[in-house]
Amino acid sequence: MKPFTYERVTDLRAATAAVSRTGAKFISGGTNLLDLMKLEIEQPTHLVDISRLLLKQVEDLPDGGIRIGAQATNSEVAGDPRVRARYPALAEALLAGASGQLRNKASIGGNLLQRTRCSYFYDTAAACNKRTPGAGCAALRGVNRIHAILGASDACIATHPSDMAVVMSALEAQIELLEPNQSIRCVAIDDFYRLPGSAPHIETVMRPGEMITGVVLPPPPPGRQLYRKVRDRASYEFALVSVAVIIATERETITTARVAFGAVAHKPWRSIDAEAALKGRPATFATYQAAANAAMRSAAGYGHNDFKIELAKRTLCRTLADAAQIGIGRPT
Amino acid sequence: MDTVTKSPTVAISHVALTVNGQPQRLELDPRTSLLDALREHLHLTGTKKGCDHGQCGACTVLINDRRINSCLTLAVMHEHDDVVTIEGLSAAEALHPLQAAFIERDAFQCGYCTPGQICSAVGMLAEAKAGWPSHVTPDVASRQIALSDAEIRERMSGNICRCAAYPNIVAAIRDVAEETLR
Repeated sequence: MKPFTYERVTDLRAATAAVSRTGAKFISGGTNLLDLMKLEIEQPTHLVDISRLLLKQVEDLPDGGIRIGAQATNSEVAGDPRVRARYPALAEALLAGASGQLRNKASIGGNLLQRTRCSYFYDTAAACNKRTPGAGCAALRGVNRIHAILGASDACIATHPSDMAVVMSALEAQIELLEPNQSIRCVAIDDFYRLPGSAPHIETVMRPGEMITGVVLPPPPPGRQLYRKVRDRASYEFALVSVAVIIATERETITTARVAFGAVAHKPWRSIDAEAALKGRPATFATYQAAANAAMRSAAGYGHNDFKIELAKRTLCRTLADAAQIGIGRPT
Repeated sequence: MDTVTKSPTVAISHVALTVNGQPQRLELDPRTSLLDALREHLHLTGTKKGCDHGQCGACTVLINDRRINSCLTLAVMHEHDDVVTIEGLSAAEALHPLQAAFIERDAFQCGYCTPGQICSAVGMLAEAKAGWPSHVTPDVASRQIALSDAEIRERMSGNICRCAAYPNIVAAIRDVAEETLR
């Protein structure tokens, strides 16, 4: 690990001032950042510890939504009775990620900002545009079984690894950012993350010196929420494909539909196309299949990950059927 | 947190924390993980280094009663925290109920993962007692947690046992869970 200096801050103004130093970076739970620093993929020269800022609360909002402080741990949010009752898919997604020990340390803000688990990003001997802009992408013609099928570019086919962010996307979360001048701006999660394009090292729309202070969830839409994660091991493993759905039906017609995929793109992949194919349609397996086809219309594999396209379709159909509790049939 | 520059490249940091009930004050390179501080500076070698990347759970300790991986956190971040390691689970020669259960159930072969398994189980039982759900809990909104074998396995998935003593680890934890959650 490269040498760095360390500083703990206890108020927001001090945090902003401290991170303005060249080479400075915020640290909170540290479960991803320290791992990357050990491998010298991340090399901050100054660490600003924000874990003791008073941003740990989960608060009810007057409109029926909630605000989650960025320094709340993954486990505290997953265990919060209000989250479990009103946003059960968010609790499910948090509990599907990492291990008990990691969830006790990892913060909500850090979960949003965690880096990809692309093996070429982690391998400092391999070409990676995310690590070294302009170096090339070894994953394109490498072992790319875990890589993106949507929204990728010739510069990068890495995926975003978060489970939590997938459900937050379906819930239309707003990310609350503290700007260096101490004002707050909110960004919809779908706009918060960037597709790789020609600059995959720029992953979000955060500006230098900004800090995530919280996540605001609007009141949950009507309907049943479900998060399903498909992976190589039953526990403590990243997704190959995951799906968050929220679906409501009335007399077997779909009245509300939200769909977001995980582990298929550089960002949590909200599928407006799938939602349009569901709304107002009968809750049948044929409708679910039409939605799955719509969601994957622009999908492309890179060899080893071709199976993900079919896997994503089937995972969506099954999850919609389970959530709606009708239209459970067999794929034709 | 005061920082004193010792050489042009490495600044030495101070941290005061409590380890197994004893106040400790350490002078450290800020890069020192909590795991290395425990093993190399305080000579508490019960906590093991396995992968050093948060993947195996051998380094699990309790911070303010919560289980964490001590390899993935900096010692300097734990000012005034209360750390409990395998050495501090019980007084003197007495065994913690989980230590006794691991012996009774023969829940290890080489024993390298065992301190992490036991510290993790202590934290896990407290989480279950607090009503926290898991990935295998049928309804996350439910406040009643029954620690079935499937629940124990899921909640302990952050601890790898290369000898694969898993059946006996689950049995040992189940024995203590029945006492704890009764």
